[in-house]
Amino acid sequence: MHLPVSSVSSPSRSDFIADHVRAIPRSGIRDFFEIVQSTPGVISLGIGEPDFVTPWHIREAAIYALERGKTGYTSNLGLLTLREEIARYAGENYGLSYDPPTEVLITVGVSEALDLALRAVLNPGDEVIYHEPCYVSYSPSIALAHGRAVAVSTREEDEFKLRPGPLRAAITPRSKVLLLNFPTNPTGAALSKTELEEIAAVCREHNLLVITDEIYSELSYSEPHTSIASLPGMRERTIFLHGFSKAFAMTGFRVGYACAPAPLIDAMMRIHQYGILCAPIVSQEAALEALRHGRNDMLEMREQYRRRRNFLVHAFRNMGLPCFEPRGAFYLFPGIKPTGKSSQDFALGLLKQEKVAVVPGSAFGPGGEGYVRCSYATALDQLEIAVERIARFAGTK
Amino acid sequence: MDEALLNLLEENALSAPESLAAQLNSTPAEIKKRIGQLEKDRVILAYKAIVDDERAKRNHVKAVIEVRVTPEREGGFDRLAHRIAQYREVHSCFLMSGGFDLLVFIEGKTLQEVAGFVSEKLSTLPGVLSTATHFNLKTYKQQGVLREAIAHEERLKVSP
Repeated sequence: MHLPVSSVSSPSRSDFIADHVRAIPRSGIRDFFEIVQSTPGVISLGIGEPDFVTPWHIREAAIYALERGKTGYTSNLGLLTLREEIARYAGENYGLSYDPPTEVLITVGVSEALDLALRAVLNPGDEVIYHEPCYVSYSPSIALAHGRAVAVSTREEDEFKLRPGPLRAAITPRSKVLLLNFPTNPTGAALSKTELEEIAAVCREHNLLVITDEIYSELSYSEPHTSIASLPGMRERTIFLHGFSKAFAMTGFRVGYACAPAPLIDAMMRIHQYGILCAPIVSQEAALEALRHGRNDMLEMREQYRRRRNFLVHAFRNMGLPCFEPRGAFYLFPGIKPTGKSSQDFALGLLKQEKVAVVPGSAFGPGGEGYVRCSYATALDQLEIAVERIARFAGTK
Repeated sequence: MDEALLNLLEENALSAPESLAAQLNSTPAEIKKRIGQLEKDRVILAYKAIVDDERAKRNHVKAVIEVRVTPEREGGFDRLAHRIAQYREVHSCFLMSGGFDLLVFIEGKTLQEVAGFVSEKLSTLPGVLSTATHFNLKTYKQQGVLREAIAHEERLKVSP
């Protein structure tokens, strides 16, 4: 059969863009960002990175690396010393055991590690189950890796936890991967060890691979963080992703890592070596310093986040806006349904009337509608002013 | 609770009891009670502002003096240290290990005032063996506060 050219591919062939890329919607955060940037004098609770500057000794280590002429490539996998330090850190903090030469890969942030993991394991049409509301990149990253994104909704009444029941219901013969992010951006949800064990059992039963983004694991405020990779029978079916951005306030350094059994790391490395080659050496040197000497800085920052969280939870409850007390990360995800507004209208109105930026929950998936994300990676004096203004806007004060 | 409360007050002594209570999962009444007790027990000695003298255009002269003294029988260093500490010019006074005994921080309006204090009062005290005075030329950080704030304004206003 002879088809006209235009119907073979996209409806408009002239822009050269691939169909699966065109199908990706613009990030809701991106749109909102443009509006906020053009509004002067805004107090922003919309920030998804620590407000702290990277601790000085870590910055100084990066400067020292430059002074010593550390300006070249590293091994594709990353500096061996850093991989050894990561293996030690993962062992001491999460009870994980990985072989530094073959089971650890240094990446340009967890974002790259997630992309590599998905591309390394997905065949076109394979299904990836993830919990939603969730970080904005999950669904697009899955689509870009030619997978099919299958969202499982989590609910505020259930503290935004992923439960085995809804997970089972989402499984089909094409299900291959479960993507986890606990503590969760944007909800601050966390799973206890027992709850993770229930999820792990489903994964073993249905032979699912787990990709777990544990970037917020240090910022756990209730019980110590458990990694699903540490549970029996899970190491061989888990890709553990972590990095330095949140715990050590190093977002701009762009350095993260993946730990997994050697064949999986090898597959990810094949993509990484051609696409990226290696993470920047100066960032790797800084990361080394963070792991060796950054613990006290991390603990101090966590303590500050914890107090701010307490303050915000208290403030929102006083406003009459129901609010689940986040267990980790640095986000509060209050419901704004009592105001009768959509999350987009609430955020835009708040910005316009009171110059406070929060992110509409709908940016984190349909399940985020009715909520807004308030980051407490903002100094307390700013939070205090912001809370006054939000209360005035919400009409509860 | 007291430990966390003290940490917060050390960061900002002006924090409202309501804010402290929210951060520490307590009540304003309880916070006020705790602070009152800490003041009464002299755990909290005072509340002061940390002032940048240069910006305030105050040309105070500040100096640090290393003082070597002879410990007294029975009194040790304490009696002499108390005598020194009570001078109005003395801001801080510490007993140190190492090559000298007392480290004394003083402040005066003029160089002459500080020099006069050292030569006429401090050096002449019985038991003081020697003094070495170091004048403060410039302040970069005081009491944990950097003079120049680290700018972090390039941070994006909204990020995922």
